[in-house]
Amino acid sequence: MSRNAQQDHLTRLEQTSIHIFREAFANFRSVCMPWSMGKDSNVLIWLARKAFCGKIPFPLLHIDTTYEFPEMYEFREKAKALHGIDLIVRINEDAIKRGISYATHDPVTVTHELKTVALKAAIDEFKWDALVTGIRRDEDPTRAKERWFSPRSAEGVWDYKDQPPEFWGQFASTAPEGGHVRVQPLLEWTELDIWEYIRRENIPNPTLYYARQGKRFRSLGCHPITHPVDSNASNIDEVIAELKLTRVSERAGRAQDHVGRNSMQALRAKGFM
Amino acid sequence: MDAHLDSEDLRKMHVVVVGHVDHGKSTFVGRLLHDTDSLPNGKIEQVRRNCAAEGMDFEYAFLLDALLEEQEQNITIDTTRIFFRTKQRAYAIIDAPGHKEFLKNMVTGAASASAALLLIDAHEGVMDQSRRHAFLLSLLGVKQLVVLVNKMDLVQYSESTYEKIRAEYTTFLRSLGLTAVNFIPIAAKHGENIVQRSANTPWWKGPTVTEALDAFKHEDDLTGLPLRLPVSDIYRFDHRRIVAGRVEAGSIKPEDELIFQPGGRRSTVKTFEDWPGPSRSVVVTGESASVTLSEQIFVERGQIASHPAHQPRVGSEFRARIFWLGKEPLVTKKTYRLRLLTQNVEAVITSVEKITDANTLAEIKSDSIPRDHIGEVLVRTTRPLAFDLHQECAITGRFALEDHGRIHGGGIILEAKSKAQNLSGKVTTSERAARSGHAPAVVWFTGLSGSGKSTIAEGVERRLFDAGRQVVRVDGDDLRASLNRDLGFSAADRAESVRRASAVAGLFANSGNIALVTLIAPLSADREKARALLANHPFIEVFVDAPLAVCESRDVKGLYAKARRGEIAEFTGISSPYEAPESPDVHIRTDQTTTEQGIELVLQAIDRVLQGKGEDWEV
Repeated sequence: MSRNAQQDHLTRLEQTSIHIFREAFANFRSVCMPWSMGKDSNVLIWLARKAFCGKIPFPLLHIDTTYEFPEMYEFREKAKALHGIDLIVRINEDAIKRGISYATHDPVTVTHELKTVALKAAIDEFKWDALVTGIRRDEDPTRAKERWFSPRSAEGVWDYKDQPPEFWGQFASTAPEGGHVRVQPLLEWTELDIWEYIRRENIPNPTLYYARQGKRFRSLGCHPITHPVDSNASNIDEVIAELKLTRVSERAGRAQDHVGRNSMQALRAKGFM
Repeated sequence: MDAHLDSEDLRKMHVVVVGHVDHGKSTFVGRLLHDTDSLPNGKIEQVRRNCAAEGMDFEYAFLLDALLEEQEQNITIDTTRIFFRTKQRAYAIIDAPGHKEFLKNMVTGAASASAALLLIDAHEGVMDQSRRHAFLLSLLGVKQLVVLVNKMDLVQYSESTYEKIRAEYTTFLRSLGLTAVNFIPIAAKHGENIVQRSANTPWWKGPTVTEALDAFKHEDDLTGLPLRLPVSDIYRFDHRRIVAGRVEAGSIKPEDELIFQPGGRRSTVKTFEDWPGPSRSVVVTGESASVTLSEQIFVERGQIASHPAHQPRVGSEFRARIFWLGKEPLVTKKTYRLRLLTQNVEAVITSVEKITDANTLAEIKSDSIPRDHIGEVLVRTTRPLAFDLHQECAITGRFALEDHGRIHGGGIILEAKSKAQNLSGKVTTSERAARSGHAPAVVWFTGLSGSGKSTIAEGVERRLFDAGRQVVRVDGDDLRASLNRDLGFSAADRAESVRRASAVAGLFANSGNIALVTLIAPLSADREKARALLANHPFIEVFVDAPLAVCESRDVKGLYAKARRGEIAEFTGISSPYEAPESPDVHIRTDQTTTEQGIELVLQAIDRVLQGKGEDWEV
């Protein structure tokens, strides 16, 4: 999207993302940014602060599955103070009362209940018409088909067969009746870009990403279904060096992606990020 | 990154893959990923398992067609982006769909690409979409093209078949002003001439596909062009007033004089407000800027900032070449929304000059443009637009057309028409708005005596005035002392007082002002009548709300005391009812917020309305 030969690759990505943030804020009545505390999410916060001159002018939402790693809760509080975040936390208490848990249910059901249903309830509660997400096209084939601005129906459904055209910097700037638009500033970034940017900008991140006893987390989710990968990368330089060589896909440690042949597609069509 | 790569090579090249349905695009891309060693571990095995589960032979196309429906239909539904790298640089391959009804996705893919690969099936030859896609590439400004003559295995690697296609298609491309850099004979299914040179085409001395990819150049750098900075927003998160926007061409630095078009107001760049700092000394093409200005002038989303010596054109009529993707044809006289960078205005197609069938390039006669056709049209916008001709500056010379909130087409501006200005006759609302730089509006402050209507209205007036807007206050007490001197406080007199205030506000709005009316107007029915009388203009109802006891305790004018003593009959809140608005546009609890907060709420509502309604000046 940018047209300057002198810019380096990361600046190019950064500037495109900032532009997406600003267009979203200008176009929508009420914006919210879900925050998973993971690396992509933390890069989003950084980009939002750059886009809005230091202060994020909309709330962040943490959908707390209650299965976060303890370190993530600590990180949440630190980052919240550091970035001056207006944070909303929501839990699907009803599902927990009904006994939905990883001990008794399959990961797709639990993820749907504790993340997607909770997110939908929060959208209904606050009437946001735009949600900023940290998804990237390189993560998964279904995400490769995403748009910068991706409309969702009132039921949160993604009509991936009939997406609006997106060209020349013109996006779908109107949310469907009762629905919202997913705004996705990181679409063009790769996992390696994310890490190189974190290093360049010195963005705070949970240390779970760094190896302890030969294992590290490459992607963070609910602890019962998130598994570390073999790695000796114990600092950011080593993580970057490792990513340049690896052939293991990023979400390999995320069990809900791999239950059925099209489990990720099924989750995402129903509103999963 | 590897040390030997220079910065140019690090830039990701976006390449679109197009061609007729079933000419092998997805297979080609799947094979390209495989042969450049760009697939994650286990991906091939996973797709093989999926194929086995469906009782199908493995195909490279399935790597991309990851969505279930696609596998069932064996058609690429939507633009897929996949990343890979050669030894030389990184790529994003955009696998555009070949099926005719999915043309809009092809446009989405091709509009963001710097180069294109177009596949032609050697066995089938040049087909409808082989022509249509090339036509669209030329319209979308993708100039670098390599043609892949695929499925050479099905024609026994015949050089004469290849030559026949090359000759035929070269002639066609020339008619569009396009030239293919190369025609490469390949067999995607077998990976021939993709990364590995094929032993079956000894006559082919040109590059393999990856060699051709690595020879593509990035699109032109626009930093050397005149500055084009479309305003995305105005931020007032703290004491600063920041003009936000992305530099689309040229560059900008502190102390540059800027002119904002349409509107023509000038100011000077004071600072860039970069976080976390330090601020850049210059902001170049492709970068977002946060600008503070030395002189506070009225600026709004949609305007384009430029240097006064190199301004964009401003006008409301131009000739354009349009591609149309909507189910309903593009028709004349209907109002569409035209989006050009951050500008969003109403536009009408005043005439259709020429329609081209994208398959044959033959002209057809019609006064509407059917789906999947290209036309040359005259466009008229209801308010002035800042633009360049496409040949002068592509990024400010192209636009999208929207109907019912959805983009259905786009176009490039070929020629500006200077509209014959009818300068005689009455001055229209839009002419006034063009001069003041904003639409008129009526802001109606209702609430009990002492609730703080006038205090907030005065603050709003000051802020609007300082921002260069035309603003006037219509104060209920002033009216009582003059125009309404004959009216008392009976229900009938109150209704008449609201009617007269509405009429006065309407006159001010008609002459281009933002009218701030402060009137108790206690009855909902009367306020509804006011809104109806002023239906021509954006109308904002502000409920200035404080409990009666609080208002009475303030009693600035001593009126509550008089009313309690029975000296004023039918005093609202004491001896006459006040019907609180049920859904005001702005609700200010003056007992809970500061005056400044109240003023800010009203200003935000005005900004929202003017941004939304700003284009509806033709009333």
